[in-house]
Amino acid sequence: MSKIGVFVCHCGENIGATVDCARVAETSGKLDGVAYSVDYKYMCSDPGQSLIKSAIAEKGLTGVVVAACSPRMHEPTFRKACAEAGLNPYMCEMANLREHVSWVHEKGEATTEKAIDLVRILVEKVKYNQSLNAIKVPVTKTALVIGGGIAGIQASLDIANTGHKVILIEKDPSIGGHMSQLSETFPTLDCSQCILTPRMVEVAQHPNITLYSYAELESIEGFIGNFKAKIRRKSKSLDEKLCTGCGLCTTKCPVKKIPSEFNEGLGMRTAIYVPFPQAVPNKPVIDREHCTYYLKGKCRICEKVCPTQAIRFDQKDTIEEVEIGAIVLATGFSVKQPDFFPEYGYGKYPDVITGLQFERLASASGPTLGEIRRPSDSKVPQNIVFVACAGSRDEAKGIPYCSKICCMYIAKHAMLYQHKVHGGKSYVFYMDIRAGGKNYEEFVRRAIEEDGVNYVRGRVSRIYEKNGKLIVKGVDTLLGAMPVDIEADMVVLATAGVANNDAEALAQKLHVSYDAYKFFAEAHPKLKPVETNTAGIFLAGACQAPRDIPESVSMASGAAVKVACLFSQDELTRDPLIAVVNRMAPPVYSSCVGCFLCVSACPYQAIEKEEIKNRAGEVIKTLARVNPGLCQGCGTCVAFCRTKSIDLQGYTHEQMYTEVMALLNEY
Amino acid sequence: MTLGFYPGCSLKGSSREYAESVLAVAKAFDIAIEEIQDWNCCGATAAHNMNRELSLALPARILSLAEKQGLSEIVVPCAACYSRLTVTQHELAADQTLKARISEVNGMEYKGSVTILNIIQMLDKYITPRLEGKVVKPFNKKVACYYGCLLVRPHEILKFDREEDPQSMDELMLKAGATPIDWAFKTECCGAGLSVSRTHSVGKLSGLIVGDAKDRGAEAIIVACPMCHSNLDMRRKEINEYLGEKVDIPVLYVTQALGLAIGLDKKELGLNRHFVKVTV
Repeated sequence: MSKIGVFVCHCGENIGATVDCARVAETSGKLDGVAYSVDYKYMCSDPGQSLIKSAIAEKGLTGVVVAACSPRMHEPTFRKACAEAGLNPYMCEMANLREHVSWVHEKGEATTEKAIDLVRILVEKVKYNQSLNAIKVPVTKTALVIGGGIAGIQASLDIANTGHKVILIEKDPSIGGHMSQLSETFPTLDCSQCILTPRMVEVAQHPNITLYSYAELESIEGFIGNFKAKIRRKSKSLDEKLCTGCGLCTTKCPVKKIPSEFNEGLGMRTAIYVPFPQAVPNKPVIDREHCTYYLKGKCRICEKVCPTQAIRFDQKDTIEEVEIGAIVLATGFSVKQPDFFPEYGYGKYPDVITGLQFERLASASGPTLGEIRRPSDSKVPQNIVFVACAGSRDEAKGIPYCSKICCMYIAKHAMLYQHKVHGGKSYVFYMDIRAGGKNYEEFVRRAIEEDGVNYVRGRVSRIYEKNGKLIVKGVDTLLGAMPVDIEADMVVLATAGVANNDAEALAQKLHVSYDAYKFFAEAHPKLKPVETNTAGIFLAGACQAPRDIPESVSMASGAAVKVACLFSQDELTRDPLIAVVNRMAPPVYSSCVGCFLCVSACPYQAIEKEEIKNRAGEVIKTLARVNPGLCQGCGTCVAFCRTKSIDLQGYTHEQMYTEVMALLNEY
Repeated sequence: MTLGFYPGCSLKGSSREYAESVLAVAKAFDIAIEEIQDWNCCGATAAHNMNRELSLALPARILSLAEKQGLSEIVVPCAACYSRLTVTQHELAADQTLKARISEVNGMEYKGSVTILNIIQMLDKYITPRLEGKVVKPFNKKVACYYGCLLVRPHEILKFDREEDPQSMDELMLKAGATPIDWAFKTECCGAGLSVSRTHSVGKLSGLIVGDAKDRGAEAIIVACPMCHSNLDMRRKEINEYLGEKVDIPVLYVTQALGLAIGLDKKELGLNRHFVKVTV
C-alpha cells in the first residue's frame, strides 16, 4: 500500500494568489494512497524542505508529490531533500502549479480544479515509480573556449590557472577580438592594447592552453563531461613551425588594397597578412579570396621571399577531434551594417562612420596613428556629431533593446576628440544617458563639464551632404522640440550591438537556446547568468547580450569557476531517466525481436546491438541495448519500438497510462 | 485583363492631369481601366482624426464596391487614398469583429479580396516589363524623385520600398531615360494639408525640397501624389518667396514623365494644366 505525501506550495503569491492551495492540499489528502498532505508558503525554503523530510520520516512515506513550480526549476531541490530523508529521490514527482496553472489562468474555481487534477495524476503516477540509481559518468577535464576576445581570453586563463587544460579556438587569424580594436577604455581612459596584449601573450604561452587561431567549431556531440568536438582548422597556407613571423611576405605581397577588417575598412591590408602588429599568434595567413595565386594561378611572391620556405599553397583545412568536458561560449557581437541607416547616409557618405571605426581613428595603432582625420579627405574635422541609439531602442528598426555600451563610449569618443582637436566642437545627440556603473556617471559629467562636449537631447532624423558639409537634422527636446541643424565635418553613429551572423547556427549546433535577437540565452536571468540550459555549456561576454569590458571579464571569470567546479569532480551523476530494453528469462531473453528500428530512430547514436550467446559461444539472439552513458531519455525509440520492448525509466508505459486514466476517472 | 481604378477626389479636380496621364499611359499599353462605380471619399486626413470607425468604413465601402464589380486588382494613384485603403485592408484583416461591424455599417459585405496597387507598383507590374523599345523620346533630364510621406509609410503596413531611402521611382525614371539625382529630401514633408490653411508654412517646407532639388541640379521634380504636386507646383509663389529667388523647375507626375518618354502628346498628358510651365 502506497503512503504518498502531497506538498502544495504557494510560491509566495505566484501560486497562492490564483490557486486555492489549502483546498488543493485538503482534496489531495482524501485521495487513495495519500497519507499526508499540507500546503506551505515557500516549499523550497529550509522550513519547507524540512516539512517534507520530517513527513517522510514520521509518516513513513513511500512517495512524494510536490505541487509547486516547474520541475526545471526545483525538481533537483526536492529530490535531494527526499534523498536526505532516506527516500529514493526518484520517488519524488512535481506537479507544475505555477507555469501550467497560476501564471496562465485567471483566479477561479476551474483553475483550482486544474491544480487538483495535476496533483491527482501525479499521485497515481508515483504509485508506479521505482527506485532508480543515478548513473555515474567520467569527466574529461579539458575545456573548450570558443572565441578569443577578452571574454574568451579571461575564461581560458582562469580555467588554465586552476590546473585544467583549455583549448581556445578563434575564427580570426589573431585573438584579441573587439577589445584589440579599441583606442582607450572608459571610464579611466587607459589604453586598450596596453591592458589587453599582455593577456594575449599569456594565453599563447600558458602551458595549459592550446590555441587554435583561424579555427571554427565543425561539430559537437556528447554531453556534459563527455563532449567530442570536431574543430576545423582553416588552412593558413603556412607552415607555422617554420614561419618566424618576420613579416617580409606581407611587405612584398602585391595585393595591397583589401579593406582591413581590423581597421574596420579604414585601412588596407595585403592578401597575406597579420591582422595587426601585436597579433597573437604573430604569423600571417593567406586570404584565399583575394590572393592572386588562388584567383589566377600565378604570383607566389610570398613563397619566393620567405626566408624559411614556410608558405604552403596546397595546404588543406584540417579537422582536429578533441574530447572535452565543458564549453565556454565567448563569441562576442557585431555592429549593424551600412544598409541599416539609409536616413543617416551610412555607407553613402564616407565621413559618416561607426563607433568602432572611430575607435580605429583614435587608436595609436590605427590608420591615422591616432589623429582624428576624416576618411574622405584626411582633414581634421572641426565639427563632429555623435548620434547615440543608432538602431538601438528603436522598434521600427527591430532593435527595442539598449545596446548598453554606447552612452559610455560616445562620452569617451567626444572626450578623446576634444583632447586631440583643440578648438573643435563636438555634439552628442542622445535619448537618455545610461551611465550605470562604477565611475561611469562621473565620466560622462567630465565630458560635458570639463571637456565642453555639447549634449543635445533629441534624435536625428536625417543626415545629408550639402556643399561639402554633413547636415545633421535633429531636434532638441529640452528646448521645446526645437529643430536643430548642425553642419558637421564628420558624424559618428553609435550603431546597435547585435548578435553575430552565425550565432543562430552555432546555437543550434550546440543545442543552446537563444533569444529573439539571436543572443545566447542564460539558464536563469538572475541566478544562472553564465549557465545555459544545456549542461556543461557556459556563456561569457557579449554573445549573451551587449556587454562592456568589466562585465565581460566578470562573466568570463564566473564561467571559468563553473567549469572548475565541474572539473573538481572525478565523476558526474546523471539522472537515470533513460530508455532500457527489457530482459526476460531464457529462452526468450527479451521481447525485443532485433528489428533495430530504434537504432535508426535514436538521435544520439545511443543504441547498440547486443549478442546473446550460449555456452558454446554461438549467437542465439541479437537484441538492442541502450548505452546509458549516451542516452538522453528523449523517448523516440520507445515510440518506434513495435514490440513495446523499450521503456523509459521514470516515464514508463504503465505510468503514462495510469496518468491518463486518473485524469479520465472522476474522483 | 481589367484593372480597377479608384481616382479619389483630387484626380477629378485639382490634379485631373494626373488621371489623364494615368489613363493615357495605360491606354498606350492596352491596359483596360475600369473606374469603380459610385465610389466615395476615402476619408483622407479628416476621417481618421475624428472617428476610427468612419475612417475604416469609407475605404471599406470603396473596396466592397470593387469586389461587387468583380475587380480583383485596383490602382490607386493618389498616395493618400492608397494609404487609407491599404491601412483599412490591413486593420480589417487583423480583426474579424471589426470587419463584420464595418460590413454592417456600410450595409455591404467586405471580403478584403482586392489587391491594391499604388501607381509605382502598377507601372512596375504592367508597364516597365514592356517598356523596351517603347521609349521613343527618352526623358533625358536630371530628375529629383520626390516620394513624400504617404507613398512609403507606414512601412509595417504598406511593405513597399524602403521608407527612409526609397528607390522605386528612381529606378522607373532611369528606365524612362532620365538621370535621377541623389538628394536629401525624398521623403521630407511638403506641408501637405496646410496647403490651404497655412500657405506660409508650406512655402518653407516645400521650399526646402525645391531648394535642395535646385542646388543639386535637378531639371524636373517627379512626384506620385496630388498633394505633393499641389504644394510644389501651385505654391511656387510662396516657395520662391521663401527661397528669395525664382526657381522654375517643373513638377511632373511620374506618369506624365513616362508618357512623354513613350511619345505621348503633352496635352493628352495634361501638361498644360500646371502652374509652373513644363518646358521639358
